[in-house]
Amino acid sequence: MSATGIGAAVRRKEDFRFITGKGQYTDDVNRPGQAYIHFLRSPHAHAKIKSIDAKAAQAMPGVLAVLTGAQLAADKIGNLICGWMIHSKDGSPMKMAPHPAIVSAKACYVGDPVAVVVAETSAQAKDAAEKIKVDYEVLPAVADPAAAQSKGSPQIHEVAPSNTIYQWHLGDANAVDAAFKAAKHVSKLDILNNRLVPNAMEPRAAIGDYDTGSDSFTLWNTTQNPHVARLVISAFIGMAPEHKLRVIAPDVGGGFGSKIFIYPEEVVCLWASKKVGRPVKWVSDRVEAFLADAHGRDHVTHAEMAFDGDGKITALRAKTIANLGAYMSTFSSSVPTYLYATLLSGQYAIPQIYCEVDAVYTNTVPVDAYRGAGRPEATFVVERLVEVGARELGIDPADLRAKNFIAHFPHQTPVIMAYDAGDYHASLKKALELADYKGFGKRKREAERQGKLRGIGFSTYIEACGIAPSQAVGSLGCGVGLWESAEVRVNPTGSVEILTGCHSHGQGHETTFAQLAAERLGIPIETVSVVHGDTDKVQFGMGTYGSRSGAVGMSALVKALDKIEAKAKKVASYLLEAAENDIVFKDGKFTVAGTDKSAAWGDVTLNAYIAHKFSGAQLEPGLKEGAFYDPTNFTFPAGCHICEVEIDPSTGDTAIVNWTAVDDFGVVVNPMIVEGQVHGGIAQGVGQALLENAVYDKDGQLVTGSLMDYTMPRADNLPSFKVGTTVTKCPSNPLGIKGCGEAGAIAAPAAVINAVTDAIGSEDISMPATAQAVWSAIQKRNQSRQAAQ
Amino acid sequence: MPAVKLTVNGKAVTADVDARTLLVQFLRENLRLTGTHVGCDTSQCGACVVHVNGKAVKSCTLLVLTADGTDVRTIESLATGDKLHPMQEAFREHHGLQCGFCTPGMIMTAVDIVNRKGNSLDEKTIREELEGNLCRCTGYHNIVKAIAAGAKAMGSGAHSQAAE
Repeated sequence: MSATGIGAAVRRKEDFRFITGKGQYTDDVNRPGQAYIHFLRSPHAHAKIKSIDAKAAQAMPGVLAVLTGAQLAADKIGNLICGWMIHSKDGSPMKMAPHPAIVSAKACYVGDPVAVVVAETSAQAKDAAEKIKVDYEVLPAVADPAAAQSKGSPQIHEVAPSNTIYQWHLGDANAVDAAFKAAKHVSKLDILNNRLVPNAMEPRAAIGDYDTGSDSFTLWNTTQNPHVARLVISAFIGMAPEHKLRVIAPDVGGGFGSKIFIYPEEVVCLWASKKVGRPVKWVSDRVEAFLADAHGRDHVTHAEMAFDGDGKITALRAKTIANLGAYMSTFSSSVPTYLYATLLSGQYAIPQIYCEVDAVYTNTVPVDAYRGAGRPEATFVVERLVEVGARELGIDPADLRAKNFIAHFPHQTPVIMAYDAGDYHASLKKALELADYKGFGKRKREAERQGKLRGIGFSTYIEACGIAPSQAVGSLGCGVGLWESAEVRVNPTGSVEILTGCHSHGQGHETTFAQLAAERLGIPIETVSVVHGDTDKVQFGMGTYGSRSGAVGMSALVKALDKIEAKAKKVASYLLEAAENDIVFKDGKFTVAGTDKSAAWGDVTLNAYIAHKFSGAQLEPGLKEGAFYDPTNFTFPAGCHICEVEIDPSTGDTAIVNWTAVDDFGVVVNPMIVEGQVHGGIAQGVGQALLENAVYDKDGQLVTGSLMDYTMPRADNLPSFKVGTTVTKCPSNPLGIKGCGEAGAIAAPAAVINAVTDAIGSEDISMPATAQAVWSAIQKRNQSRQAAQ
Repeated sequence: MPAVKLTVNGKAVTADVDARTLLVQFLRENLRLTGTHVGCDTSQCGACVVHVNGKAVKSCTLLVLTADGTDVRTIESLATGDKLHPMQEAFREHHGLQCGFCTPGMIMTAVDIVNRKGNSLDEKTIREELEGNLCRCTGYHNIVKAIAAGAKAMGSGAHSQAAE
């Protein structure tokens, strides 16, 4: 391993601009003559729009235009889409309701855009918006997914009776029923996977800029996938032909999935810029982000696990209601289906699994992928059931897991996924050591003497990442392929630009992709730069999410580097006057095998472009190659997280006193960056488990509407983490990378709740296990213990 | 439109402003110092932290008119030419940032912690002192390490510039 190659903790190349305040985020971009847009949003969760009177608003100072949904429709701007078709059990397609970027007939959630004001300044746009008179006829609303399908609930969309989008299932229901009938023990749980607000620190933003001279648009946008945004906005929304729309994602301050989707705001900024003839800028407030960013999770589940007399799991079944909100967001349909049910085997050899999912509309903001996207929900179901099963059976939870681990690969689960490689015993063993599991009893007794309750909880998670093999997801209903692209441009002077279809919004691609190329080509890492985020510069790519940039994006880079090496050797053969097969390339030098004739990288690259040593008939000049890589399988990172908590029973306050994570990510390119991803994921998982909850009241008002009411994890809510790895190489891609971005968020919630329930001796607690919830659970447990005596 | 007069990163600045202008808006929009960021609207997140007369202040919660006559330092003032401030170096060395959006406010807060609490900071102190700064990417683990290291380096005498 070199100091800057694969496996090295190279300090990040991109950091300089961030630590000096010279980053360029979308709100830092200012276009000459730009105007500002403000979205007037429905204050009602469900309401007919009878009329909109914009006269007073139009007369306000600085106002350039007040625009409505009727005008949007008249200009033939199409609706937003969901790109993944899911069919119900009866074969019928999902009920996708029309989703205009600005509504005209009715508003379906608090925050639904009803009109927009474009003005010279942001303040003027906001002032004018207050003067728009909207006549609403308020309708009853339903916010609770468990109530959405009830007879008494209002039907939100004509296309979806009982607000049911689809009723989907996976697995063999009959075989599962038989297994449960024969079971020696059944554990059952009712689970709420709480609704979350992603809250990346950078609020969403967009600048739409229409150029009359070239009849083309440019969009600056906080997107994780500029090419996908371009495709959807051109082909489906009809803003412009694809080649007349450039999308630029500059520095983006965190995404976590929330910036994958194509939202109303960027569509409207583009449209408005053509209407008013000026660039139009929108930057979200944090309050607006709560109302208008896609939320995450929001599942109601009943789940059961069947065991035989030896503690072996014989079956699992789950029924889930998944809240998708008022409209189907871009990937929403896939999250509670193919990203969820397919992971219900966990790390265990479970012979039979059956899962039913009803996706419903409610009068809440759309729900879509958020770090982990379906896999945290699956892991929570499996890992809570296993822990509860262990307690009910009187078996140590680590032992029960180990007894059920898959130990032979490849392993075909009953839920589509075939795990290719892993060693779950190794990560459990290492985690138990690092966590000093043996010493827990002593620590618990010591805590008791201090009047505190200690608990320990496991989460042996697995995920399907490296999203994804195109044919596989196509056959499951995905509207796009999920391959990735890379282009390597070698300059005459030997420096290299890597253009990747992935996008870094914190993941450090400018460093990790450069590490890979620098090591492969034997050149200094300073001479390698990474370009991403601009559809004018980079050929089509699918973006970054689903822990795919290492497994898929870097595989594309490897393929492109293979082609570069092959072409460079051809050039070297002319330069060195030797047969191509005799050229050896190592450490940045080309040598004729068995001789001391050699050429340096820089000589070969220069010659590729000067082209004096070969004719055009023999070889094309230049040294630039691209590749598109389509994975052959998902990847399966997995590991063991152990959470130890200490609870003060007088307040319910839960302190996390130890966190141990041992993850198998396959080959690791930069361990420092990988650990950072694990830390961040754990923090989000802890946030879900103990602190965060997006709450709508029964009228669909968002009660947790700002950072005052929604508890984000802070530095003093978290400990420092003990992080280790085990390695089983991924067999399905050239580098053996599994990916790591989502693991912490997937593993953590179950580990926390397993620890909290262990500490308080009661399973009767839901996420978030706030101090109040924990204190109440302790009181209830005490009362039932007294009653039992 | 009232007039405001203040010093920003060592330079005297005068301007006529809409009375509602927040200090962070003035820095970002009037002075084009976009290193200071807006992450929320309720004073929770800390992405907007600058130093006013030597103390950490959330610039989203101060009208620029209230900053009249003060000495304001932003993230852009920490490095001298090519030479980074030891706290900036520490953030890079310890991977104390990922997306970078919270980072300017985090670094300005960190320097202020050192100014108030000295160069030997333990983990508990740092975590408590970061109550006013949110990060969604790092889980704080490496930020805490970076601040402890930066604090030490600030006291080592080799580079004695602290934002004042």
